[in-house]
Parts: sequence; structure tokens; C-alpha cells
Amino acid sequence: MAKATFVVPELTQYTEVPAVTSGAMAHSLPFVAKPEFQDALGFPGELVDDWQAKAIDKMGDLLGKYRSLRVYMDSCVKCGACTDKCHYFLGTSDPKNMPVGRQDLMRKVYRRYFTLAGRFFPKLVGAEDFTKEVLDDWYSYFHQCSQCRRCSVFCPYGIDTAEISMAAREIMDSIGVGQKYCNEIIAKVYKIGNNLGLPGPALADTLEGLEEDVFDDTGVKVRFPIDQEGAEILLVTPSADFFAEPHVDGLIGYGKVFHEAGISWTLSSHASEAANFGMFIGSYENMRRVSQRIREAAIKLKVKRIIFGECGHAWRVAYSFLNTLAGPWDFLDPRYPVPQHICEFTHDLIQRGKLTFDKSENDDKVLTYHDSCNVARASRMGDVPGGQFDIPRDIIRAVCNHFYDMDEDTIRDRTFCCGGGGGLLTDDLMELRVKGAKPRLDALNNVIQEKGVTHMAAICAICKTQFSKVLPYYGMEMDQIISLHQLVGDAIVLTPGPDDDAEDDDLDDEDDLNDADPNEE
Amino acid sequence: MAFLTNFYVFLFYFAALVLVTGLVFKIAQYTMTPAPLKIPTTPAPTTTRGVVLRMTREVVLFESLFRGNKWTWIFGWMFHFGLLLVTLRHLRYFMEPVWFPIQLVQPFGIYGGMAMIVGLGGLWARRFLVDRVRYISSPSDHLILALLVLIGCTGLLMKFVFHTDVVEIKAFFLGLYTYEIQPLPADPLLLLHLFLVALLMIVFPYSKLLHAPGLFFSPTRNQADNPREVRHIAPWAKQLEQK
Ligand code: HEM
Ligand code: SF4
Ligand code: SF4
Repeated sequence: MAKATFVVPELTQYTEVPAVTSGAMAHSLPFVAKPEFQDALGFPGELVDDWQAKAIDKMGDLLGKYRSLRVYMDSCVKCGACTDKCHYFLGTSDPKNMPVGRQDLMRKVYRRYFTLAGRFFPKLVGAEDFTKEVLDDWYSYFHQCSQCRRCSVFCPYGIDTAEISMAAREIMDSIGVGQKYCNEIIAKVYKIGNNLGLPGPALADTLEGLEEDVFDDTGVKVRFPIDQEGAEILLVTPSADFFAEPHVDGLIGYGKVFHEAGISWTLSSHASEAANFGMFIGSYENMRRVSQRIREAAIKLKVKRIIFGECGHAWRVAYSFLNTLAGPWDFLDPRYPVPQHICEFTHDLIQRGKLTFDKSENDDKVLTYHDSCNVARASRMGDVPGGQFDIPRDIIRAVCNHFYDMDEDTIRDRTFCCGGGGGLLTDDLMELRVKGAKPRLDALNNVIQEKGVTHMAAICAICKTQFSKVLPYYGMEMDQIISLHQLVGDAIVLTPGPDDDAEDDDLDDEDDLNDADPNEE
Repeated sequence: MAFLTNFYVFLFYFAALVLVTGLVFKIAQYTMTPAPLKIPTTPAPTTTRGVVLRMTREVVLFESLFRGNKWTWIFGWMFHFGLLLVTLRHLRYFMEPVWFPIQLVQPFGIYGGMAMIVGLGGLWARRFLVDRVRYISSPSDHLILALLVLIGCTGLLMKFVFHTDVVEIKAFFLGLYTYEIQPLPADPLLLLHLFLVALLMIVFPYSKLLHAPGLFFSPTRNQADNPREVRHIAPWAKQLEQK
């Protein structure tokens, strides 16, 4: 059972808006990145001497490169509509966690150095010099934003605090103040190919083990291929899917769906990671470099389609940015969007009646569904706006008998962040993560009490990890969070291949495992 | 009175110049700054037509604010719609003959003025009563409200209590078009009203009033959700591809 060194909030029926408590989270700081990891990403190792001038230069540079930043710095009227929308404010009551409070940390510097009013009348418009104290505040509070964009839904100008947090992190990186968690992970991707630092051979072993497990379970040989040249589909999935619970059950689900679809697919050891933490640190260059691996893998493996596994921010980068960062994709099959989400793929098969389910397999569960921020507010699935809400729910309804949504105000584009997104999924931010999860868990607790919900499905590796960690703080079980494709995998009725023998449990037959995919077209 | 009139002539030429050049500069700056990534807040329209509709709903109805906070929406919408009617009503001072729709709007302009004051009152009250809004308010946020309230009150006072010579005022403004100086009535209330309006014009491009043009340039609202279909790339990002 998790032990907390801070007070875990009490869950309430409705998430109440707390009274402002200044400085309540001023102590929350993530570890700083070591020089070697800063280096790998092209940033200075530690705080540079003339950091103030450099930071202001960098801000000017970004203001010229990003219209979002420029317009958002100018446009806020302090109407207050966003003030009660951030889960971190709701969970911590620190006013600098109100989206506009967070933005103002940058806006006061912007006004001081980039506007007439701030240059001549700083006090009047709340402009301030970029002092060390302000920089410390930046480091603390721009690492208390999960870039979930909930604030941007309600702001009359669509001011997206995520854009501002990203720019702030980019500015801090450029003067040598990086965050350990994100920057170390990106460095690992460059060096090894994925966030977890799993090398290719280990991956191949793991996948082989999975094939055995599934065969044990079902008597059907479901393949989990890697680096298979000429496969139809390249699957890019978060590396957590390769072994950690509940992620891996999702991967098993994808494998079973591909098996039933009869379409050949492969993972890649070069692009063995869907996550792209370049986005979290606001670095276009790093985000682009991480994305290029997927292009390289697709070319090398001569695939025709690219599909992404369950991961929220990865889907944002994939859906919204991949064409920009690593396109054009003219060498892939033009009949399919590039890339596709695994849910789009599964949903399409369900629609066409290609999959058979035994829904009763999931009768031990009563489900609800958590919309992950980056899927909900920063991307789409399917052909029509809002497909990102309907497609996953349709899938759940197709494979489960018992499904209830949480309160309308906390789902779809108003969904609450899990509390661990945006590069904050690290133990040094545990207090923030636990408190930030409160609004989501208030709503979850409600459906648990009222509808008897037992499990929450999600399609994001960060959400799943975050929930398994924070649920116990609130007296729930860590395994109440599951992968959506686990539900699919559990209910799907598998068709044995020609060389499968359902009665034969003999697993020692190595040759069988190495046979060509029976379903290859 | 010659001095006062001359001062106001200068003031309005100056205010108009600042407003126009300031706004042109800002709009040019927004136009020329690229938006390198597709970041519409989804669900978002997938076509340009859809984007125009979304933007229209934002400008006319304040749709997002409506979802965000009902009180702010009611007061904010009252204030802006009132302001719009008032502005339309004032156009009669700037044209001869007066365009027919502007004639029609005249009586509504007065209600607009009242709505504007009530709306501003509500918005200002929130800055004191709601602790979160109090926290984010800086002196300039109060001053701009004070400025608008004063403009509205002096205007309504002239309408209902201390009448002024509107014919002369019209002659003054029409004269500005052709650099012919016409005398301005020397009513203190009018002079205050006009002074504050000129001040509003001057601060417009240097303050949060930039939200009016800003909304149209906000990428989360003005982008179509079609990144898989159309490759979107900024010039500076294109250069990275040459390397
Ligand atoms: C395209 C035109 C415009 C749009 C769409 C627009 C929209 C908005 C919205 C949604 C708000 C936030 C809600 C509120 O506090 O009322 C706001 C605030 C405000 N607007 Fe506008 N506006 C426009 C033009 C103007 C103009 C021309 C002025 C003044 C001359 C103005 C003055 C203000 C002020 C002072 C506030 C802040 C009110 C407060 O302190 O709470 N707006 N505007
Ligand atoms: S993006 Fe999300 S975490 Fe960041 S300020 Fe907005 S609501 Fe809060
Ligand atoms: S909702 Fe938008 S305009 Fe209003 S205070 Fe928040 S960021 Fe500023």
C-alpha cells in the first residue's frame, strides 16, 4: 500500500473548486537533468552564465516561430473562465496552477521585455523582470502542467496553456535547466530506440514469450513479429506495452485482432517506441528527430501502412504532427490514412463483421472509459469530428455487456487528465500526481458507488501507469485500470490457423513457432 | 474655445493614427508568424467552411466562454453586444446622409448603452467577489473597466440629463475628414467623454484589448482538423528538412 508524505485529498461527490491558497505547491520540483543528457539533446549542460539575456533571446525567437505563443501572450483578458478548469488547481488550490496563473508567469516576463506598456508601466500591467526567483517559479510550475489542454476548451480565445508550458520548457532547456525525467528518456530513445531502454534482442525474447503465453491460453498461434520485412502493417506502440501490466494485455489484444484480420504486421526494433517526449519539452527539433525513426523503419521494412498502439500523446504526435514532422507518406498505401490508430483498425473490422466476440468473457467486469487528454482534445479518430470519443466506446460496447460513462462534465472533450501526463510521470512529482488525479477519481468513484463499476479502460500508456500508481492512494486497487484492447483480446473468438491443433498443448515444437504466418495473404 | 477645439482635433487625429498603425502592425505580426503545427482544440471542424462557422460562433455567441462560465458569459455578452449597438448608433456622427440601417439602430443603441454598463458592472464585481479572479487581476484590468464604465456613464448622462449639441458634434467630426476645423461644444461632460474615447483608442493596440484581433488568429480555433490529409509545414521547419 502506498504511503504518502503529504495529505491525500478526500474524494468528494462533485469536485469542488477550492479557495485559493498561495504557494501551496511552490515546493514541487522535478529533478534536474544531468549534463550528459542535456548534451545528447543539444542543450547546455547547466545554467549558463548570461542566462537571463539568453532566455529573453530565446523567447523572442519562439515568439517569431509560434503564432500560438505570440497571440496567447497578448490576448488574455483575465476573464477567469479557465481558473477552475485545471485538475492541478482543483487538486492543490495553488493559484499558480490556475491556467491563467501559470500563463502569467511567462506573460509578466513577456510584457516586461516585449511590450511598450510593460517597459514603461510594469507595475500597472503586472510586468516583471526575469529574475532568478521568476526562473525558479517557472521550473516549478511549468512542471505542474500536464499539457492536457482542458483550459483551451473553455477559454474564449482558445488560449492553450500547453503551448506556453512547452515554450517555457524549451526556453529553460536552452539555458541549461532541463528536467531529468523527460530529457533522460529522449536520450535513451536516441541511444537504444525506446523510452525503457529495451534493446532489440530483449524485445524479440519478450515477444516470443508472449506468443507462448497466448498459445498456452488459447491454443491458437498468434504471432508477435518484429523486424519482419515486407509486412503489410508497421505497428508502433509505447514500449510499456512490451511487458508491464496492464499494458501488455493491450498488446496481446492487438496481436489477436491482427491475427483475426489475417493481415501481416510487424513491430520494429528501430522504432520500438510510440512515445515522443520531444513534444513535452516543446522542442520541434527533438520531436522531429524522434519521429524520423518511424519514417526510417517504415522504409526499411517496406510496410504499406502504419498503425499506432494505445498511447495518448503519441497519438497526438502521430495524428496531428507526423505528416508535418516525417511526411510526406506517399510511399505508403494511399487507401489508408497515415497513421491509423489501433482503435480505428479494430473498429473498422467490427463494423465489417470480421471479428467475433464472446462478450460474456468480460462479464466479471463493469466498465467505464477514461478519455485521455491528448486523444480527446488534440487529435481525432475516424472520419468525423468526435470519432475519438465514439470509436473507443463503440468497441467497448461491442466486447462488454456492462458499460457506464462517468459524469458528462468529466468525459469527452471535458475529460480530466489522469494527473501524470505531459512529462510528469515521475516519482519525484508524486504529490502533484496524486493530487492532480483527484477530479478524475471523484468522477470514477461516483460510478463505482452508483453503477457498480469495477474497471476503467484507457488507451494511453501514461494514463495506465499513472492510475495503477495513484489508485491505491485513494483506497482503490491498482488493477482497476485496464487496456481497452485487453477487453477486446479477452472477448475475441480466435480462429485456429491450419497448423494449430487446439487439443495439442505440446509447446516444445519450436519449428511451429517459426513457421510463416498462416494468415499472410 | 479655439484652444480646446484645436486640442481635440489633434487628439483625435493622434488617437486614430495610433489605433490604426498599432492594429495594422499587430495584425501584420500575427499574420507573418507561422503556426508550425496543427493544434486545433478537438473536436474541430475538418473543412475551412466549418472553421468559419466555429469562428463565427465564437465571435457572435462566445461559445467557449458559455461552456466555461455562465456568469462571465452573461455579463460579458451583455457588455459586448451593448458596445456593438452603441458603436453602431454613434456612426450617425460620422456619415451624412445617415445610412438607413444606422437610422434603424438608433433607439436600440440606447438600450445597448445600458446593457453595456450593467455588463461591465457584473464583470467588475467578479474581480472583487471571486477570489480566483481577484488573484489574476492587475491594476490595468480595473483601469480598463473604469475607463469603459466612465465612457458609458458620461454618454448616458448626456443623453438623459445634460444634453449637448449633437449637431455641432457631428459637424466637428465630419470636419476632421476634410481638415476643416469646426468648433466643439464646450460642455465638460462631452469633453470628458471624448477624451476617454480617445484614450481607449490609444491604449487599444497596447493592451489586452488585442483579444479582438487575437481571436481570429488563435490556432486552436482557426485551424481545420485535417493533418492526415494535408501536409502542414512552416517555412522555418521546411529548412530543417534540407539539412
Ligand atoms: C471581435 C470582437 C470582440 C470579441 C469576440 C470579444 C470577446 C470578448 C470575450 C469573449 C471576453 C471575455 C468575457 C468578458 O470578460 O466579457 C472579452 C472581454 C473584454 N472585452 Fe472583448 N471582444 C471583442 C471586442 C472588444 C472591443 C472592441 C472592446 C473594447 C473597446 C472590448 C473590451 C473588452 C474588455 C474590456 C474585456 C474584459 C472585461 C473584463 O474585465 O472582464 N472587446 N471580450
Ligand atoms: S494544459 Fe491542463 S495541466 Fe496545463 S494548465 Fe491547462 S488544464 Fe492545467
Ligand atoms: S479563459 Fe482565456 S482569456 Fe480568460 S483568463 Fe483564462 S486564459 Fe485568459
